[in-house]
Amino acid sequence: MAIKANGLDDIIAAISTPLGSGGIGIVRMSGAGCIALADTLFQGKKKLTEKATHTLSYGKIIDGKNAEVIDEVLVSVMKAPNTYTQEDIVEINCHGGFLVTQRVLQTVLLAGARLAEPGEFTKRGFLNGRIDLTQAEAIIDLIQSKTELSRQAAVNQLEGRLKTEVREMRNDIIDMIASIEAVIDYPEHDVEEETYDTMEKGTKKLLQRMEKLLSGADRGKILREGLQTVIVGKPNVGKSSLLNWFLEEERAIVTDIPGTTRDTVEEYINIDGIPIKIVDTAGIRETGDVVEKMGVEKSKTYAEQADLILMMLDASRPLEQEDKEILSFIQGKHTIVLLNKTDLEQKLAISELEQYLSKEQILSVSVKHNTGFDALIDAIKTMFFSGQTTTADDALLGNTRHKTALFQAKEAMERCLVTIQTRMPEDFISMDLQDASHALGEITGDVTDEEIIDRIFTKFCLGK
Amino acid sequence: MYEAQTIDIAVIGGGHAGCEAALAAARMGKNTVLFAITLDSIAMMPCNPSIGGSSKGHLVREIDALGGQMGKNIDKTYIQTKMLNTGKGPAVYSLRAQADKNKYHQEMKHTLEQTENLQIVQAEIVEILTENNVVTGVVTAGGAIYRCKAVVLCMGTYMKSRCLNGNNVVESGPNNLMPATKLSQSLKDMGIRLFRFKTGTPARMNKRSLDFDKMEPQYGDSDIVPFSFTNQSNDIAREQVLCWLTYTNEKTHQVIQDNLHRSPLFSGLIEGTGPRYCPSIEDKVVRFADKERHQLFIEPEGENTEEMYIQGMSSSLPEDVQIAMYRTIPGLEHCQITRFAYAIEYDCIDATQLKLSLEFKDFAGLFSAGQFNGSSGYEEAAAQGLIGGINAVRYLENKEPIILQRSDGYIGVLIDDLISKGTQEPYRMMTSRAEFRLLLRQDNADQRLTPIGYEIGLIDESRYQALLEKQRLTEQEINRVKKRSIAPNAKTLEVLALHNSTPIQSGVKLSDLIKRPELDYEKLACLDEERPQLPTDVKEQVNIQIKYEGYIGQQMKQVEQFQKLENRMLPDDMDYETIQGLRLEARQKLNAIRPRSIGHASRITGVSPADISVLLIYMEQQKRQM
Repeated sequence: MAIKANGLDDIIAAISTPLGSGGIGIVRMSGAGCIALADTLFQGKKKLTEKATHTLSYGKIIDGKNAEVIDEVLVSVMKAPNTYTQEDIVEINCHGGFLVTQRVLQTVLLAGARLAEPGEFTKRGFLNGRIDLTQAEAIIDLIQSKTELSRQAAVNQLEGRLKTEVREMRNDIIDMIASIEAVIDYPEHDVEEETYDTMEKGTKKLLQRMEKLLSGADRGKILREGLQTVIVGKPNVGKSSLLNWFLEEERAIVTDIPGTTRDTVEEYINIDGIPIKIVDTAGIRETGDVVEKMGVEKSKTYAEQADLILMMLDASRPLEQEDKEILSFIQGKHTIVLLNKTDLEQKLAISELEQYLSKEQILSVSVKHNTGFDALIDAIKTMFFSGQTTTADDALLGNTRHKTALFQAKEAMERCLVTIQTRMPEDFISMDLQDASHALGEITGDVTDEEIIDRIFTKFCLGK
Repeated sequence: MYEAQTIDIAVIGGGHAGCEAALAAARMGKNTVLFAITLDSIAMMPCNPSIGGSSKGHLVREIDALGGQMGKNIDKTYIQTKMLNTGKGPAVYSLRAQADKNKYHQEMKHTLEQTENLQIVQAEIVEILTENNVVTGVVTAGGAIYRCKAVVLCMGTYMKSRCLNGNNVVESGPNNLMPATKLSQSLKDMGIRLFRFKTGTPARMNKRSLDFDKMEPQYGDSDIVPFSFTNQSNDIAREQVLCWLTYTNEKTHQVIQDNLHRSPLFSGLIEGTGPRYCPSIEDKVVRFADKERHQLFIEPEGENTEEMYIQGMSSSLPEDVQIAMYRTIPGLEHCQITRFAYAIEYDCIDATQLKLSLEFKDFAGLFSAGQFNGSSGYEEAAAQGLIGGINAVRYLENKEPIILQRSDGYIGVLIDDLISKGTQEPYRMMTSRAEFRLLLRQDNADQRLTPIGYEIGLIDESRYQALLEKQRLTEQEINRVKKRSIAPNAKTLEVLALHNSTPIQSGVKLSDLIKRPELDYEKLACLDEERPQLPTDVKEQVNIQIKYEGYIGQQMKQVEQFQKLENRMLPDDMDYETIQGLRLEARQKLNAIRPRSIGHASRITGVSPADISVLLIYMEQQKRQM
């Protein structure tokens, strides 16, 4: 049975700096034992556990498994009780930019910390008597508004094949658990007992599947949904050129990933660490054109689901009815309008556009001459980091959650393999499998206590 | 009506829950009366003739460790015993014994009769008396009023029960015994919510009509492990009887298929919710249509009877169909049925109305235990009865109730599950329900619970001292074994080779060798010259605690985190409706269950981690404002 509540003083970790603000990102940990945990990743002159409280140490963060240096860092060690949470705190100041900070967080999580819930550091500070009573309500608000959302968002982000894949793996694991548990709880029933060999095969197969998913994750291929972005506009305004510009800049990370649906091609690009998913609505690249194919109605649907809408307009033509229609339904959404062909004679009246959008949302570019894109990137970053796009934080948090959970599942399955190979009794195998299924359940949002027992009774005919 | 007696505690029902409740209450010094519809059904086993089995064996050992009676009673009356799952890890070793049903009943009844402070009275209770939601007494069908301060409801499956097979519906309790028809109404009038559950039992047959040559014999163990920690195997050694194994076949299934329409289950005559884990044979045949055969164990009901119990084939089909179907089975071709199989429907409560102490949230002094709480099984019932009895006494003495946590024992898991989640079907204990299974072993139930039994007065001084001595010896020996070095000499290599174990190159600690899956403490005795003479149970503890040290340590860490949340208590009278920040569903659920601790709250369906955080902050807020 899974325990729902989070620990009161286990080690929690999170990136505590606002995303993308400046070059330094801080990964903060709190909880008894977090200094020793940091020591397992930190390489410096002196062990962090040997340092005095409230000191700063220079060193490197190492990915233990690959012995690879992730970043050069400054680590502050603050010992209980004179800290924000009244617990031991370690703060890792990372310098390698946003993605590196993400990786350091990931490493910390894999070493045994748990991703902090929104507001959890403050919550601990409060529960431990540090923070003023007047703040209690603010903390409650934060917790209630964010926690469910971020969990839900993490689950919702998963889509299509990836979700199916994780569900299938979890299902297979629960099958294995049910087989073991049925025999344990009904020792004399003629339930066919799985042999160590079949269990070993099953475990290896699952491990392979997890490794495959994770090798993608390592290269940033999957589990990284990013901002769902859609390019809209009339035919021949330069949408395909924009997409190609993104891709030619070699920002594209992948084209064919498990977990994305096949009916739209999804391109991943990475703008200064911000993962962005461009939904190629029915294939701008292939047809070179869109609207004929998908029509205004369909672009509406895509735009509705998008976190960010890039609308292209041809500045050399006046605003037409079709443009206005698109503009009116994307009003109020996170939109950047790109005026293309600004090298030609301008026939589009900006004042007309301003009925729909604010000035800041309108940018002039020339795809042909490759101008104006820096401003576009800045605009996306501003929008992203200032929290205008609501799902941005959640998306990243979700990614970290998913990846950590998948790693944990894999580690549990690796332990399981050893347990099987050393011929430990089945109930120990079941323990490892339950850890794995629990971790995968974190990804899919499926955690029910009765699941294993339900499975036992649907799978096997048992009882007096 | 007349005033009969003024007593401390009334226990209603003389089944497995009632017996434990009454014994505990009386032994703890309270003037107790146990009421049963008939005293001839005290500790009756209306279904299978066995005690224990997977996870249920754990419960019996825990009952014994706390000072209950079930383990001692089965040790006196068993006719075959077996430790199950010995091929698995020690956490799931499970003791099971076939009982002589009649002897089991007689022994238990006699024990009750001999117990100081305890009376047993044959009477049906028809009403619970309360004043301002505080229990004041009970009324019998004969009009006797017993004034008392606490009541433990242990009515099992007798409440408005009816038994069915085919169209034959009898308003009766199990085994044609009189049902309790009036108490349900009294409880309903008090505002208590009732469910209707269903279970069933197979036929019994005369042994002389069965052909055992067509069945496989099932033997008991030659090494006898007693249920009670107070017994040694030699104390209870005796001749064991055989059980038998046979199977259904296509013909059996055909008979059932052809007559399904005559089953009250399928015709809709049965309304109650039946358990998934106790399906009737018609359920099995329908749900697992591709299964060619189902196994049946033929088990004696006792030594002074020829009746045999047909385990695996409970049914509510009409009698003629039962005869036809049973007779298709190898060995049962000429069977004479002594008692037909039937399904039974009964009233039970929605256990979420109880506190973890088993007291009703809305009625002070009213406790409820056993199958009436929606559980199933003798052992589950007895475990709750014991806790109900203990807490009735604690209530009278104004003491904190005894609440076992999920990390303390299966009893804790059982009660927590019933009370926090409620149950939609009769609840059966299973080892997979215990998240700290590796720590809750049947071999260490005494270490986990006997100190509690001692503290509350159910375990005497000498038994407690014996436990402390056992723990001292175990610890001492573990320390010795951890220090003891084994050299890679010829003798060592020979012993390792004998067990197909990898040879050692240099000296290793004995404890490290014990940890190897193919080795154990016993197998290495010959390399351990200085080994002291130790009792079997100490040796067992040394082996398990060393062998699984890593896993045990890991689980103990989890328990530590778990207990931090369990130990954050929530006030009984908290009004969750007024707490800002809790979601609506959480407020309703929390107000309904009124959890005892933060940990308890976290297990309630519909309460999210965020709600728990809010609760924590709210509690801290309250604390500081005081």
